[in-house]
Amino acid sequence: MSAFQLNRRRFLTAAGVTVSALPLAGCDALDGLMGTGSSVRGLLASANSLTYRAQRLLVPADRLAPEFAESEIRQGQRPNGSTDPGDATYLALKQEDFAGYRLHVSGLVERPLHLTLEELRNMPSRTQITRHDCVEGWSCIAKWSGVALARVLDEARVKAEARYVVFHCFDSMPLGLAGSAAYYTSIDMVDARHPQTILAYGLNGAALPVANGAPLRVRVERQLGYKMAKYIRAIEVVADLAPFGRGRGGYWEDLGYDWYAGI
Amino acid sequence: MDTAGHDSESTASDTQQGLTISRHRLTTRLTHWAWAGALFFLILSGLQIFNAHPALYVGQQSGFAFDNSVLSIGPVRERSGEVRGLTTVFGLSFDTTGVLGVSGPEEERTYRAFPAWLTLPSYQDLATGRVVHFFFAWIFAAVYAVWLVGSAVNGHLRRDILPGLADIRALPATFVAHLRFRFEHDGRYNSLQKLSYGIVLLVFFPLMIATGLTMSPGMNAGWPWLVQLFGGRQTARTIHFAVMLLLGGFFAVHIAMVFAAGPINEMRSMITGRYRVRRSAGRGERT
Repeated sequence: MSAFQLNRRRFLTAAGVTVSALPLAGCDALDGLMGTGSSVRGLLASANSLTYRAQRLLVPADRLAPEFAESEIRQGQRPNGSTDPGDATYLALKQEDFAGYRLHVSGLVERPLHLTLEELRNMPSRTQITRHDCVEGWSCIAKWSGVALARVLDEARVKAEARYVVFHCFDSMPLGLAGSAAYYTSIDMVDARHPQTILAYGLNGAALPVANGAPLRVRVERQLGYKMAKYIRAIEVVADLAPFGRGRGGYWEDLGYDWYAGI
Repeated sequence: MDTAGHDSESTASDTQQGLTISRHRLTTRLTHWAWAGALFFLILSGLQIFNAHPALYVGQQSGFAFDNSVLSIGPVRERSGEVRGLTTVFGLSFDTTGVLGVSGPEEERTYRAFPAWLTLPSYQDLATGRVVHFFFAWIFAAVYAVWLVGSAVNGHLRRDILPGLADIRALPATFVAHLRFRFEHDGRYNSLQKLSYGIVLLVFFPLMIATGLTMSPGMNAGWPWLVQLFGGRQTARTIHFAVMLLLGGFFAVHIAMVFAAGPINEMRSMITGRYRVRRSAGRGERT
């Protein structure tokens, strides 16, 4: 993500505006300042870079998210966001139980891959019982099975200049007044190579259901749910997030959500 | 430790001649106003975040197929077709139409937990609520670090915040005096002040920071003991909310006391540091 854009003038402007707006409880007056695109918003959002750096500094790269016992699975995994994509390609794949599915791995790799579900299932698998935290505030514990993303990346041989992994998805989400955009999101190489970051094809001992992202979704256990893309069509290894969507690194990120969702 | 009693003449008027002393140090004044500003934004953006999922639970996860909820706020459609705001706390439901669950003008009702006038931004926008919340959370925590170090070094913590044996002994008398609206004006914190500021500064503030960090999935990996300490992420979220309510309650009493004790003198002391104390007549006598 971009470096801090904090200079004295911007800070003082923001601080002045902030203080002068303080007595305005009721707060409609503050709405405009916080909207995406305003310079105050830019300053406020720079705190996310600070959070990202602080957590990368405090939390060792391989430190695992808490895992739970079978007995703590007390309900099905709550589906959220898209739960039944209507994309024609997806519907065709779903009809034949994803037999024709290929996971495309491309970008800054020496060996682009096109993996079938069978090939992914034949790679070493990892099963983990973890807590899914939605940005909305709720949590849900479930058992996820899949192949480590690091393993797939190794197979594709990632180039040295790689900085991010972008997940491109089948499902479309509303964007703008009448438009829509394919879901996508991205993570850095630290989370991409984390042992618990898996491309999951199994949930609670069964095949991953459509509502939860079949045939393949990613688990990024140290971040919030919106980073854990469902219905993954392709994985692209990149050095820069600017070319995608509105350039903020993901569908929700383009709508104003923080890129780093470890908080 | 001697306590100045009230001069019955001087309680009658704030303009009575008195001695002006230096009461609040720069660190105390700066951190006070930085917190005041940060808490304004933190609470209102926090309520915006709460609105995205207006329910609180106990434990690690949120019960959808089982019930571990302790509070929920939302609109409910009655058989008559009317939509009412319902707030449920520990299984007890209250009709809170107009404020919680359903709010806004009669002809243009909105269905949201906390009303527009209590959230930042006023409209539903979780992304912005989070951006505002985390910016001011950093400021809040940084100011706390400055205050903690500054107050330990300049003696504020030991002298004014941590209650001593004398303060604990004086507590009942001070409590009764407050009930009778009689306040000491000797420039020092009385035992009730020490107790309430001590709880806010040394319990509520660190608890807010700790429960906030416990909700971070990144910090759950980094410091797993934190989530164990609070008994689960959802419990931490519930505590975070409860302490927010307690801080709101403290704010209300705090403002009321400033007005009761003489708002001009109190405000001046928190801005310039100068505070007018009552004449020392009657020293040692408690009325």
